[in-house]
Amino acid sequence: MSTSTNTIETLANREYKYGFVTEIEADVVPRGLNEETVRLVSAKKNEPEFMLEWRLKAYRHWVKMEKSEGEPKWANIKHPPIDYQDIIYYSAPKPKKKLNSLDEVDPEVLRTFEKLGIPLDEQKKLSGVAVDAVFDSVSVATTFKEKLAELGIIFCSFSEAVNNHPELVEKYLGSVVPYSDNFFATLNSAVFSDGSFCYIPKGVRCPMELSTYFRINAADTGQFERTLIIAEEGSYVSYLEGCTAPMRDENQLHAAVVELIAHDNATIKYSTIQNWYPGDKDGKGGIYNFVTKRGKCLGRSSKISWTQVETGSAITWKYPSCILQGDNSVGEFYSVALTNHHQQADTGTKMIHMGKNTRSTIVAKGISAGYGQNTYRGLVKILKSSTGARNYTQCDSLLIGDKCGAHTFPYIEVKNSTARMEHEASTSKIGDDQIFYCNQRGISKEDAVNLIVNGFCKEVFRNLPMEFAVEAQKLLSISLEGSIG
Amino acid sequence: MLEINNLHVKVGNQKILKGVNLKVNAGEVHSIMGPNGSGKSTLAQVLAGREGYEVTAGEVIYEGKNLLEMPPEERACAGVFLAFQYPVEIPGVNNAYFLKAGLNAIRKYQGLEELDAMDFLPLVKEKMKALEIDELLLNRSVNEGFSGGEKKRNEVFQMSVLEPKLAILDETDSGLDIDALRIVANGVNALRSPDRAIIVVTHYQRLLNYIIPDYIHVLVDGRIVKSGGKELALELENKGYAWVEAEIHTAAPANA
Repeated sequence: MSTSTNTIETLANREYKYGFVTEIEADVVPRGLNEETVRLVSAKKNEPEFMLEWRLKAYRHWVKMEKSEGEPKWANIKHPPIDYQDIIYYSAPKPKKKLNSLDEVDPEVLRTFEKLGIPLDEQKKLSGVAVDAVFDSVSVATTFKEKLAELGIIFCSFSEAVNNHPELVEKYLGSVVPYSDNFFATLNSAVFSDGSFCYIPKGVRCPMELSTYFRINAADTGQFERTLIIAEEGSYVSYLEGCTAPMRDENQLHAAVVELIAHDNATIKYSTIQNWYPGDKDGKGGIYNFVTKRGKCLGRSSKISWTQVETGSAITWKYPSCILQGDNSVGEFYSVALTNHHQQADTGTKMIHMGKNTRSTIVAKGISAGYGQNTYRGLVKILKSSTGARNYTQCDSLLIGDKCGAHTFPYIEVKNSTARMEHEASTSKIGDDQIFYCNQRGISKEDAVNLIVNGFCKEVFRNLPMEFAVEAQKLLSISLEGSIG
Repeated sequence: MLEINNLHVKVGNQKILKGVNLKVNAGEVHSIMGPNGSGKSTLAQVLAGREGYEVTAGEVIYEGKNLLEMPPEERACAGVFLAFQYPVEIPGVNNAYFLKAGLNAIRKYQGLEELDAMDFLPLVKEKMKALEIDELLLNRSVNEGFSGGEKKRNEVFQMSVLEPKLAILDETDSGLDIDALRIVANGVNALRSPDRAIIVVTHYQRLLNYIIPDYIHVLVDGRIVKSGGKELALELENKGYAWVEAEIHTAAPANA
């Protein structure tokens, strides 16, 4: 009798359109993880001694963690045990000579990014967006590098930064997410292969969006990338990351770490559109997206704003957080997480208030369809030192169909009585009457659901850079296909 | 335009419509009146294609096509409009955006070019003015936080933009004060035309002071028991529905 439930069940079954595989020769390290793997990865990247030492410290810590508690168990997710010895920790497209221009990038790789809508060659570059393209374990190209360098902005792959700006890397690496932080961050610290590095000098407003596009291609490979963004006093940068992977029946691990540092009066805006392969409609395959993202508002009146649209991955486990250390600093978290079919997400944020008059805003929107399980988990912590702190939290869940779940776990710890906290939460369902009302105005069931879902996410989309807000809307409607019958 | 033959409808185990016959031609305004629970709203919902109503017998022909076989959005695209008795709230969805999506879906179905915001806004603003609707309403979420009167006016506003061929108004007068009633009625009257038909479902006679129907039908216990011209409304107002009920009971013994 309920049309929308049937409707909704059939709406979510469009093919994942980024599921192709690029045939390419790759340089891989042997399967499995030991100290030798770590040394090999470091050697392949010609890293200075301090990096290898750091990696080894992390590796040794990880071995201890694995023996004692293993993976974190508190998250509301389920998956079969991961065999860490059955993963390939490094895979790079050959030839592996140093790239000086795009002409030397394997045309297959360029074609891959072209197919994904990320043209890298000179003529077709996306205007107004500088892109760092990461393919499996390495960065293959970075656009607009020279133009940005004129302003003193460093935007390059992490490997290049390690070699060309070791003093910056050594100073900031692990300063927000220490190598011992958590199981997956520690693993990343030991074996991370590449990622993006941005440095915005004092007083510079970065004139274009910086973005990194992550692509997993090789089978049985884990992707462990690391991003480090440093915004000096009074600077501004808006950064965006996107990601896709081929469709495979096996689960693949993606364990990334992102560290942001904002000095006095600096602003970092970090947006994610996460579209890893989510697995098929029966829950087979898909990426395990176990990511640690954290920003430190180190300086006075600094600001870090996270916006994420999470539609992909079999499992998402991530909590982009802000440490509000500087007085008057501001942290923001805007999130849309969608789980359809058998996808699981346990995501949210942590806002740690240390400085005086620090403010944070959390707007989290969870959408569950099919058999999807969606959990919001968030911590707002006001330390004793943080006088006059404010937080506003809003968690909304939208259910489509009757086989999915929405869960909310807000944690609030207040040690200073001057704090002001607000928390609002709601759970709603797309009602048959809403769908019928849309139908009666000529709007199809599928469009009606998209309309309602997009309306639900509007507050978050508003925070995305314009070009990507449109993409996010499209992505959401694709991810919902088959959720309506 | 519309022909309803011997329509029987059940909700769950309860028979609501028990053989409704009605013929509506283009250019006509029909009013369906009746006491509470007589099946008026059910008839409106069934015509619009709402789920949960089981048609056990009879047929509905709309412009030569079997209406009951068409999904609700196709009926809407083919020109059937229902002004809801209880308009639905859709949080987060902008009223103007919603209406534009509907209008363009209908235009697409009819092979017309879709309107962009530049063409859409002037059209909408003109209609709003006629219905004395605050333009701010456009930027609010569909029906969310609207007063009862605003909701009803919004329905008539949508109708005036979508320009249906067959408009069904389900108790649009309920919850309206006298000024709003007049404005809504003006909106409906502006839509009267030789190629359009309107069905006004109402409990009270007062709306019919403003929208003067060509025909009035009285629905009692799932059947149309009396039909007549506009003067029937006044007779009902004076004598009440009990009068019609008494009349049918003496004419034919109850068989239900």
